[in-house]
Amino acid sequence: MARNILVIGELDGGALSSTTAELVGGASRLADGGQVSVTLTGAGASGQTDAAFAAGADRAFVNDDATYDEFRSDQWVGAAEQAIDQSAPDVILIAQSIVGRDLGPRLAFRRDTAVAMDCVSIEDSGGAFRATRPCYGGNAQATYAFATSPAIATVRAKSQEPLDPPREGASGEVVELSGAGESRAEIVGREAAVAEGLQLQDAPVVVSGGRGLGAPEGFGLVEELAEAIGTDKAAVGSSRAACDLGWYPPSQQVGLTGKVVTPDLYIAIAISGASQHMAGCSGSKTIIAINKDPEANIFKAARYGIVGDYKEVLPPLIEAVKNLD
Amino acid sequence: MHFVVCAKQIPDPETPPSAFRIDEANNEVIPAPGISPVLSQFDGMAAEAALRIIEAAGEGKITVISLGQESAQAAIKQVLAMGADEGILLEDDALQGGDSYTTARTLAAAIEKLGDVDAVFCGRQAADWDMGQVGLGLAELLGWPSAIIAKDVQIENGTMHVQRVLADGFETVALPLPAVVTISNEIGDPRYPKLQQIMRAARKTVNRWSAEDLGLDPSTVGDAGARLKLERLFIPELGGDVEIMEGESAEEQAQNLATTLREAKVL
Repeated sequence: MARNILVIGELDGGALSSTTAELVGGASRLADGGQVSVTLTGAGASGQTDAAFAAGADRAFVNDDATYDEFRSDQWVGAAEQAIDQSAPDVILIAQSIVGRDLGPRLAFRRDTAVAMDCVSIEDSGGAFRATRPCYGGNAQATYAFATSPAIATVRAKSQEPLDPPREGASGEVVELSGAGESRAEIVGREAAVAEGLQLQDAPVVVSGGRGLGAPEGFGLVEELAEAIGTDKAAVGSSRAACDLGWYPPSQQVGLTGKVVTPDLYIAIAISGASQHMAGCSGSKTIIAINKDPEANIFKAARYGIVGDYKEVLPPLIEAVKNLD
Repeated sequence: MHFVVCAKQIPDPETPPSAFRIDEANNEVIPAPGISPVLSQFDGMAAEAALRIIEAAGEGKITVISLGQESAQAAIKQVLAMGADEGILLEDDALQGGDSYTTARTLAAAIEKLGDVDAVFCGRQAADWDMGQVGLGLAELLGWPSAIIAKDVQIENGTMHVQRVLADGFETVALPLPAVVTISNEIGDPRYPKLQQIMRAARKTVNRWSAEDLGLDPSTVGDAGARLKLERLFIPELGGDVEIMEGESAEEQAQNLATTLREAKVL
């Protein structure tokens, strides 16, 4: 059945974010002949409409007001409401991002409907929308049916496929939204906390350390292994437990309350594999576990493993990786 | 200043995955034997954030509210032991079940009934369903501003300053009171009550309010009012099918792993 879908888009450094392209691609499949609309707000938004049309959108609601570059929920809700009023969506998709975590519930309560958060799949089956999402820290998954309309879902990165190939040169309708209005929230300070070089979500290889390292110094070996694999390929992550202990910066946390990564290779070192950690890495193509406890949960998710003390395993592994080629 | 802390009692999220079971016929988690339910850890952190502000100001009152069954008294008592002043248990057959929408609606009615609340502190998400909606839903229903996923909260001259966690750093947002804030683990561990405080908490007042006390139509709350219908709860397959590296020594295991990864074209 043809459905109208609205995607709340996000810009990343002024360009259509990769997650927005995924959501628009997913929306074009879900629409089944209905119309796919996307909102693009912030500096340079109107320059990204062609990218949105190529990604699968039929219509773009845009406004270039740079005020939208910073997230204030009242302003973003205002923009989303204009797009909803003009596109009558059956489904609204938002990334499970800093924006979506806030906007999803705000919008659902404002429009007197419901949102399912952090969804990994959305289906249109038998006239009702169903969303499946992890819960209980990733121990379980739940499938919900929406009793109200529009159905709103925030969607986990990498869980929807972008159109492949994109519809290069496709055109669509551009509708102007109003600029950001007043906000009750004033942003009074900002502090960057990012690791230099390759970012966690972009790295084809992620090497992570956990509480089992025993001390912050353990991350030295973890970083050495990442360097041996290649600074252009591997980034270093951490479990929440290790971040909470102050052993590694919170920006590098992988897990339910940190970043969700989906690299080709995920190497978990001295990480037990608590569900909330697995929620952040279980989408990795191959997981390798190095842990001295053979019963550790991480081995249930891993493809390859070494049962042993990381202090003994990592130095020869670093040498062996360096000697590959 | 009068703060509300929202507290939820949940199955212990530290339950080992091997002891985690689901009753698929009823879409329920089966409590792990010998593991007691706990206060959702982010709610403990919300209480900690509220207590730090009251202590710094030297005045103020904290009311802890829980929507749940009789057993949720334990979650209320824990926040009272941490230092909150009064508790309210929202307990009624009509209020049971439900979803984030009905939870927020019920808590909002309780906050409106209290009447003089300056700020509401919630956990960033309950560590059972992991939705992260109730705080924002409360803000929307009450018509208040909000900030989520906070690592620090300060209140000065009627303004709440929230340092919130972004993907690439932190941002400080100023909100006029009354406001809602949700607290993340970056704030640090909540205090652990001393025995004396636990004993004192036992004597603190816990009121009990029903749907009727809150003026809520039973058809709009609990299971009857839910907008997300849980159809299936299941344990996903991890499916790693692990191959453990053999070897007499760590060197041999490490070499085998590197070779295996190269052969599998993973590295």
